[in-house]
Amino acid sequence: MTKIAFPYIGDYHVPAKFFIEKALGKEVIMPPKITKKTVEIGNKNSPEFVCSPFKYTLGTLIEALEMGADTLIQLGGGCRYGYYAEVQEKILKDLGYNFEMVNLINNGKPNFLGIYRKLKKISPKISIFKFIYYGFLTSKMVIYMDIIDSYIRENIAFELEEGSFESLKKLMLLDFSKINNFKELKNKFNYYKEEFRKLKVRKPNDFYKVGIIGELYTIMEPASNYYLEKELAKHKIEIKRFTNATYLLFEKKRFVKKNIKHVNIKYKMGADATDNIIRTQYLCDEKYDGIIHIKSSFCTPEIAAMPIISKVASDNNVPVLFFSFDTNTIETGVHTRLEAFYDMLEMRKRK
Amino acid sequence: MDKVGIPRNIFYYYDKDIVETFLSELKIPYIVSPHTNKKILEDGLKLASDEMCLSFKIYLGHINYLKDKCDYVFVPRMCNLGSDNQMCTNFMSAYDIVNNLFDIKILNYDIDYDSKHFLKKGLFKIANELKCPSGKIRKAYKVALKTYKDKKKREISINEGNLKNNKIKILIVGHPYNVYDDFIGSSIIKYLKQNDVEVIFSDRFDSEITNKLSKKISKELYFKFSKENIGSIIYAKDKIDGVIFLSTFPCAPDSLVTEITERSIDIPNINLIIDDNASFAGLETRLESFLDVLKERKND
Repeated sequence: MTKIAFPYIGDYHVPAKFFIEKALGKEVIMPPKITKKTVEIGNKNSPEFVCSPFKYTLGTLIEALEMGADTLIQLGGGCRYGYYAEVQEKILKDLGYNFEMVNLINNGKPNFLGIYRKLKKISPKISIFKFIYYGFLTSKMVIYMDIIDSYIRENIAFELEEGSFESLKKLMLLDFSKINNFKELKNKFNYYKEEFRKLKVRKPNDFYKVGIIGELYTIMEPASNYYLEKELAKHKIEIKRFTNATYLLFEKKRFVKKNIKHVNIKYKMGADATDNIIRTQYLCDEKYDGIIHIKSSFCTPEIAAMPIISKVASDNNVPVLFFSFDTNTIETGVHTRLEAFYDMLEMRKRK
Repeated sequence: MDKVGIPRNIFYYYDKDIVETFLSELKIPYIVSPHTNKKILEDGLKLASDEMCLSFKIYLGHINYLKDKCDYVFVPRMCNLGSDNQMCTNFMSAYDIVNNLFDIKILNYDIDYDSKHFLKKGLFKIANELKCPSGKIRKAYKVALKTYKDKKKREISINEGNLKNNKIKILIVGHPYNVYDDFIGSSIIKYLKQNDVEVIFSDRFDSEITNKLSKKISKELYFKFSKENIGSIIYAKDKIDGVIFLSTFPCAPDSLVTEITERSIDIPNINLIIDDNASFAGLETRLESFLDVLKERKND
């Protein structure tokens, strides 16, 4: 009996689990969400100066193997992320685990047929029809989730009843995982869109708007950025975030091609580096109060982008706060720096 | 005529023979920055972001050295040599970083086989930018390519010849811009040679062979230069006594590639990671004990 597991990234385990259960008809093992223990195990077994998503995902995979998973799925990005899978497989096999590793996207280039062939190996019975149907249905679910998420990001800071957005979102994800077809999905989406609009918020006339940019894993997995968005919401800050699965899967290519002319950049600098420079310019043009750039330590493409982001922002007189998160980052340190950033925003406004 | 400056780092060790011959065939004056010295290193450290890899920091130091000594600084971009042969992202972003950090004129071309941007096209582009008579460009390219191939052949045959030596043989596995750099690799190589070790270089083999051989260690690896580095270990494994992995902190591809390679080979090896404030004294102790191990194994 195949038991499949995969690393966490944000809430996308919901559509991923949905797809595997429906399209492949396989059981999914859900390890506990990322905790201190996950990080510890991951850290202990990882190379010394690899970027932290490697450590987080390795930790989760070990926890999943301990729970009986025998097939692991890993994805890849346009940097060394695409090479994670093979190195993690080697490390885990050396630890004595017996399992199958499937790297859905190697070297950062998603390939429809390639993914189908790899999934066919896990589940030989999968038909191309099922694969395409549930592929599209799951994509639609991801898109809906992202739409709701950006609404939440704009409003959660101003909710009247604490926790109202979060608990409604939990219900939504639960309902999404139970749908069977496009019609049901659409109905659920419309229902929850309304429900979210009904939640009471009080937006003051004057509030801060901050854009979050940076490396994709750290942005999308709250455990790896020490729940930065929640922290900002506590300070009554509206958040604009660009990176989500919809962007990465469907919009990235067009976005870069269309907007690269607005910045002094000639080439794609790898992963999301060019995207983030373009976004910096956008946030400056749209008169955002500040920019927060987050990444995991040693993320090479973002390190390359940082001096240029600094330059663009300072040319436009917009403050940027850089965070480089590692598995041993101290949470209090993060809060102190956010506090200072917030104070600075206030001082600038008063001037 | 306009003078071109070539930074002696990163791209230099891959394309120097071709670019230098090409320029001199076209009678374009050029200078190459000197070997990395203290001033270049310190300037690089100041200009770069903290977290950049040491090699790239040094590269920025070289650009800084050249910035007021020539009309153009040569900064290519390399993205891939085919989809399974990618470059580290610093090779992809070098041009844009330099262009944003310095106020200089840049001579640039893009190597991206996936988008059909080949070296030939790139060299023709820069020759046109420097207003060379178009009749001469084709010939200059031919001469440059031949010089490059001949030189490469010579290097490979010397390296192969050294493999037959009876001395203790150590394969240095690293990127040429680290291995041959004065601040990073030179002192290590000098030390090994003084101690009667034959040094074999991972980049001086037929890259087509080593590229394929890398599959024996890693099937999915897509970084071209890393592939050739580890392929050389497989190629030479029966003839060498030990391997030294040499990289700079925090090299992205090496962080994973060295890990998987160390777990896959059974040749004695050490992993030297050089950072901003590395001192040779510390390295020397490690090298010394490594040599002791190799000598003992050889005597057994």
